[in-house]
Amino acid sequence: MRWQYLLPVVVLAGLIGLFVFGLQNDPREVPSPLIGKPAPAFALEPLGGGSAVGVDSLKGRPVLVNFFASWCAGCQVEHPFLMELSRRGIEIVGLDYKDTDADGLRWLRQHGNPYAQVLADPGGKAGLDWGVYGVPETFVLNADGIIVYKQIGPMTEDAWRTRIAPLMAGGAE
Amino acid sequence: MNGLLRVVAAMLLLAVCGQAAAQDDLAPPQQERYRVLINELRCLVCQNQTIADSNAPLAADLRDQVHAQIVAGRSDAEIIDYVTARYGDFVLYRPPFKRSTWLLWVGPFALLAVGLVGAMAFLRRRRRDAVTAQSVDPERLREILEDKDA
Repeated sequence: MRWQYLLPVVVLAGLIGLFVFGLQNDPREVPSPLIGKPAPAFALEPLGGGSAVGVDSLKGRPVLVNFFASWCAGCQVEHPFLMELSRRGIEIVGLDYKDTDADGLRWLRQHGNPYAQVLADPGGKAGLDWGVYGVPETFVLNADGIIVYKQIGPMTEDAWRTRIAPLMAGGAE
Repeated sequence: MNGLLRVVAAMLLLAVCGQAAAQDDLAPPQQERYRVLINELRCLVCQNQTIADSNAPLAADLRDQVHAQIVAGRSDAEIIDYVTARYGDFVLYRPPFKRSTWLLWVGPFALLAVGLVGAMAFLRRRRRDAVTAQSVDPERLREILEDKDA
């Protein structure tokens, strides 16, 4: 058998490998350059009013920072699971992205509030600084306030179990 | 016909005005920088559009940021750094050459080189085979042919 006859097979196998790799990568999930960096600063008022809260309030224990909005369909998809996480004692801080206080509060009354604290980001400036490009997005912060993971799109049981829970357990030590 | 032309002209004028509205407080060289920058940055919501083309709210926010930072006197490099620090090299239509992007830059040329080498090898062998065919001994060939005739 001459090696030339094997060449198309090798090329085809290479292409199949490439396509399988490509199909398993969602191009909508753009890796964040903020992984491994301190969470960007913000000064945001709690939803419904109050004195501004800074990013330092997130330090000292692992915490989830969830960007959501009342107008966001994906947020309704993940909401029951966030409620479940909150029941398990996970601290989630919500950032209500490009929303009005009235809409945000009504949405939380309607669906339940899984958040330890909800901050309002009506102009989306904090979202911009955190590299948010489509809610929902959830950041995992360790006790030092370093972003260790970013979940793009709805939080799922699978993502929680395989990737996020181990990170949060590690940060608690 | 004349009426239609007038409508089209009015629409074009409106479109141009819409474009200019966001940048009319910039001096002409700054306007040019604004135009170049927003055409270099990708909108992450609708990934195959620049933030100049996209109507997504995120693209509008980024245009406003570029605008505000030009007004604040930031350099182009500083503005690009600002955006890539938040969204990564993916937002750049011309990403920098570095470890994570070298395959992107070199890959097409490497494939072209492999193709050229393959084509050259193929052509050279074909030429060599052709030479072999011409180098048949004419005497021997005649002998065979005559032998067959006989």
